[in-house]
Amino acid sequence: MALLKMKFNQQRRVRLAQGLWLLSWLAVTCGAFIFCLGVYLKTELLRRDEVMENTEIHVVPNILIMVGLASIGTNWIASRVCQDSMDASRFPRWKVLLLAWFVVAALLCCLLLAVVVLSYALQGRLEESLKVGLRNGIRFYKDTDVPGRCFQKETIDRLQMEFRCCGNNNFKDWFEVQWVSNRYLDFTSQEVKDRVRSNVDNRYLLDGVPFSCCNPASPRPCLQYHLTDSRAHYNYEYQSEELNLYGRGCRQALTDYYMGLMNSTGPGVLSVILIQMSVLLSMRYLQTAVEGAMALENPEEESEGYLLEKGVKETYQDVRAKVLNLVKFVQVDPADEGASGAAEGEKTADANTEKAATSPPAS
Amino acid sequence: MVVMKMKFPFQKRVKLAQGLWLLSWCATVAGATTFTLGCLLKTELRRRAEVMDNTDIHIVPNTLMIVGLASLGINYFASKICQDALDAGRFPRWKNFLKPYFAVSCFFTVLMLLAVIMSYAMKGSLESSLKVGLRNGIRFYKDTDTPGRCFQKQNIDRLQMEFQCCGNNDFRDWFEVQWISNRYLDFNSKEVKDRVKSNVDGRYLVDGVPFSCCNPSSPRPCIQYQLTNNSAHYNYDYQTEELNIYLRGCREALVHYYMGLMNTIGAGVLSIFLLQGSVLVSLRFLQTAMEAVAGKENTEIETEGYLLEKGVKETIMEYVNPMLKFLLLKNQVQEGEAAPATA
Repeated sequence: MALLKMKFNQQRRVRLAQGLWLLSWLAVTCGAFIFCLGVYLKTELLRRDEVMENTEIHVVPNILIMVGLASIGTNWIASRVCQDSMDASRFPRWKVLLLAWFVVAALLCCLLLAVVVLSYALQGRLEESLKVGLRNGIRFYKDTDVPGRCFQKETIDRLQMEFRCCGNNNFKDWFEVQWVSNRYLDFTSQEVKDRVRSNVDNRYLLDGVPFSCCNPASPRPCLQYHLTDSRAHYNYEYQSEELNLYGRGCRQALTDYYMGLMNSTGPGVLSVILIQMSVLLSMRYLQTAVEGAMALENPEEESEGYLLEKGVKETYQDVRAKVLNLVKFVQVDPADEGASGAAEGEKTADANTEKAATSPPAS
Repeated sequence: MVVMKMKFPFQKRVKLAQGLWLLSWCATVAGATTFTLGCLLKTELRRRAEVMDNTDIHIVPNTLMIVGLASLGINYFASKICQDALDAGRFPRWKNFLKPYFAVSCFFTVLMLLAVIMSYAMKGSLESSLKVGLRNGIRFYKDTDTPGRCFQKQNIDRLQMEFQCCGNNDFRDWFEVQWISNRYLDFNSKEVKDRVKSNVDGRYLVDGVPFSCCNPSSPRPCIQYQLTNNSAHYNYDYQTEELNIYLRGCREALVHYYMGLMNTIGAGVLSIFLLQGSVLVSLRFLQTAMEAVAGKENTEIETEGYLLEKGVKETIMEYVNPMLKFLLLKNQVQEGEAAPATA
């Protein structure tokens, strides 16, 4: 009742080994690709570090980097194994390692799937982080003389120019904070005194935006100040003016950018998962076919390859029994130390025979 | 009077052929690289084509592309020739091909060197082209409603933001042109009327610059208008203010950028030129060494290889004479025809 049994004569075994060798080197390059992808994504996230409040989103590139490195090693080992598979004297030394190899390879596939899922699931967290980060950036825009915040102005200006956005949700966010430093305000002037007195916190608020919100595609020179006052500028209508400033908010712009980046890497990651799965399955077939051939009298005869020796349910029960026995074995030892030596001996003997009976099929 | 004679025993000839085969494949890759570098430079020049008055500078990337393609062919034949060189039966068929081959290869190799020299020599031409192009760009900045010029504003704005520069020589170039369109000027206002009357052409001139001149590194919000008026802004001194707007002119910024690009490309092309030269020299040695073997019974004897059979001057005359004869012959025929006609 072996799962997906296939017959392999000598010719087919050799072809399988050669094909798997090529496939595993392809998988090594895919692993390198995943690693580079992770590094690129992390660099892009670090570049805009100052407008993000937390680094939760960094789990996506971190996993990609780890998986990339691990898969380079794993697939390199796979290529060594299938180089040795045609040599009956060198193949047995890989026996013990192969079980661990299958576990690691399956784990890598699961992690890659998790990355794809996470890159969609973490969008909300990214937006929250950007919301708080940008709000702080806009609030500290004027503090170019405060150590630790003196680069906020330049950061926000360059961000708005590069991503063609203005403010957090939109340009009106600039109306609610004082973004002109007190150092440049003439407090003897009537206009300044009026504005400062007009609100509770004595902030100099104006209906204007910094120059970095200006849209170069506008046909007229940029209007930055007195934006809500249609009479302050000739031939200007506040409600219908669209091209003067950037209409998009920076949170929206940055989220779109990062989601686009992660979505475009989605197909690449999915194809790497497929390649890794096919390496795993081919390796299993090669292992069982070569071991079957080595057990025969004439090693060049036809042998069988399979995925699992028994059916899925039976293999699962076997593995479960083994694990439970191992747990019992560990528990029995400290519990009955001196007293029931005979009973202990019986139990351990039983456990050993059970283990001996179930160990051959698994590896 | 043989130029650079060298002795070649059999083993050395074999090693030369093998080394040359490898070298010619490296040179093929190098030729592809030259072509790519030419394409890169051309793309970069075309991106800023709107602020350049003429396309004289394009001769540098065009030459690089031609040389790159030619060297692919040259090195392909070089590898084929040295594959056949050690085979006494196959080598003679290349005999007639080799003389024109060397002439063409030398021509293209020298062209490569010329391209590098030109990239330095044409700096002045590039500067004057940019000077005129930027002057026009600044003059037509306001014409966003004129077809053919409606994108000048956007181009100049993005250029100034990307290269962190302002104006042609510096920001004062903006004081001399009207960069605000009449569509957005209220001609009923006194201020506008005063400014328009203050100069001969009736232009609205301001001591202000567009927003794209603003420097994000400045600690204070950007001051764009009334730049020369210290009393218009609090805590502001026109003479000492450095960070408010970009002080560099766009012409200087662009020339700097393109010269940097061409210097980097020039360094790469020079090394490719050396590689190509060594391929041609090795091929010449191999050819002359193998020609001495031809017809002999024992192919493993030691032979001599050289670069030029006669001296440099005589070789040049040898190549040039056929061309001169061809031209002179034509002239003689024409003279001959003219004589009977007059007689």
